[in-house]
Amino acid sequence: MDDTPFAPRDFSVHPPPLWPDYRSTHLRAPQQPLLQMPQTQTEMTGPTFGHAALGPLDSDLIVNYAAAGQSAQGPRILVHGKLLDGQGRAVPGKLIEVWQANAGGRYRHVNDGYLAPLDDNFGGCGRCITAPDGSFAFRTVQPGPYPWPNGGNDWRPAHIHFSVFGDGFAQRLITQMYFEGDPHIARCPIAQSIPDAAALDRLVARLDMDRTVAMDIRAYRFDIVLRGRQATVFENKPQGT
Amino acid sequence: MPQLKESPSQTAGPYVHIGCTPQMAGLEARAMGPQLGERMVLGSPTGDRITLDLHVFDGAGDAVTDALIEIWQPTPQGQFTGDDQFCNWGRQATDLTSGQAVFQTLKPGAPVGQAPHILVWIVARGIGLGLTTRIYFPDEDNADDPVLALAGDRAATLIARKTAGGYAHAVHLQGPSETVFFDV
Ligand SMILES: [Fe+2]
Repeated sequence: MDDTPFAPRDFSVHPPPLWPDYRSTHLRAPQQPLLQMPQTQTEMTGPTFGHAALGPLDSDLIVNYAAAGQSAQGPRILVHGKLLDGQGRAVPGKLIEVWQANAGGRYRHVNDGYLAPLDDNFGGCGRCITAPDGSFAFRTVQPGPYPWPNGGNDWRPAHIHFSVFGDGFAQRLITQMYFEGDPHIARCPIAQSIPDAAALDRLVARLDMDRTVAMDIRAYRFDIVLRGRQATVFENKPQGT
Repeated sequence: MPQLKESPSQTAGPYVHIGCTPQMAGLEARAMGPQLGERMVLGSPTGDRITLDLHVFDGAGDAVTDALIEIWQPTPQGQFTGDDQFCNWGRQATDLTSGQAVFQTLKPGAPVGQAPHILVWIVARGIGLGLTTRIYFPDEDNADDPVLALAGDRAATLIARKTAGGYAHAVHLQGPSETVFFDV
């Protein structure tokens, strides 16, 4: 285990607890500031997951809920990228989970009653373990934008939810991936709750023609950065003494 | 070495179950591997089995029925490494109607330098960055715990209540009895 503590969290890239334009924060945002504490063994450690925890089709949402010989409806896409730490190093062996609406913007969930129909062949859940070079990939269909109750005419940009584990619980992260060129990103109070435009831009996946497979599937590139560790302090010993 | 900034957090939203507790979303027919974090006691480990009964309340006092709660805890021996008998990590969604989340686990032991405790991580619709808090036990000596001491007169918001089968704890997201959340 790496015993180097994690660097203090940079809150400038994260949504503040209370964001008035996002109505659900009103009663759920803590009013007291977070209490700073030193990292202990509890936060420096976290669960590990092996491939045995996953099923063989977990990273292929096109077929992992489909009937035999069938596949999900919608634009076929490969979402891929690297899991990196704050020093830009690959983070291998970590669990990534994704969930999303179908191509019409409808979730397979008891509480989603949107007009768009369910797709019998699409569940919307995927999982994988990052490879030795930190890379991950999911095959899925591009989700549709969907309306949501926020007091007005609010539509979520097309997005895929990501849950990511790191080495320690202090790195645990849930986020969302958006798609390049989506005009709803600029209008979405959830996306816009990120205080820094450059930070939000890092959640926007880019069309990647290098990984796009002709006559088969388009690729989108999305890298994820976990909270980094404190810089290692090297003793500055003069040479030859 | 380049320093990369952490990816921004975004809310888990109301449909977190699809990805993290799939059977609660009605995905029981799916052809995927087992739900992760559902069971912590896997065999017959040494230690006291406890039922941990959690609720999360919003600022109006209503139970949050779409939260996802993860816990991370030491073994009864105070270690953060589990085995084939016990998993230190558990994950449950709050019930879609009652808001209750129930963990079947083992009473944690004391890690070096700390009182026995459980880390609790909460995400939900309306929570932009996951909230980290802790649960301590009313029947343990918490006097020398360095983290609990930081909470001062709000420390009581971190201490569970004894029940017949274990412990119960309420997390208040805001209001006069707001739970202490940590910047770890
Ligand atoms: Fe969503």
